[in-house]
Amino acid sequence: MDITWSNNVDQALAEAKASGRALFLDFNAAPL
Amino acid sequence: MYPNDRVATFIAQNFIPVKIHIKQQPDTFKRFGVQWTPTLLTLDSSGVERYRFEGFLPVTDFLAQLALGLGHTAFAHEQWREAEERFRSIVRDFPETDAAPEALYWAGVSRYKGGDRAALADTAKQFQTSYAATSWAKKASVWASR
Repeated sequence: MDITWSNNVDQALAEAKASGRALFLDFNAAPL
Repeated sequence: MYPNDRVATFIAQNFIPVKIHIKQQPDTFKRFGVQWTPTLLTLDSSGVERYRFEGFLPVTDFLAQLALGLGHTAFAHEQWREAEERFRSIVRDFPETDAAPEALYWAGVSRYKGGDRAALADTAKQFQTSYAATSWAKKASVWASR
């Protein structure tokens, strides 16, 4: 299964509040 | 980043996933007090941090840490039954990970908070035969005489 990542924390927070789902934040330094 | 299908499936099924790159969003690193990569955070639906861990891990350890985040999220919301099940699933599914004794401890606490007064003593007994050399067993040992 593919992951659909967001890079917008505030947008994801709004989605979480609306849906009741938890958030997973991945802070990384992987090569761009 | 997550080539393992089990990890990708677990994240997709349980979380709204957000990826923050240090060069693209340094202010977000500061906002959440992140000083090292990788750092992985679980936030509840209100945006409150409930769990974090740092560093690369093998697949089973990584999955167990993700599950701990969900357990602690349910615990923080006083969803005792769900929290206990989340923690017990870690002991059951990832028994060899570092997360397992932590999960056994919190499963006992969740059961106790849910109203089972024998839960702590039962958990202390379990630690006598499982994960006895861990700090979690030490923490639970005070419950043995309850």
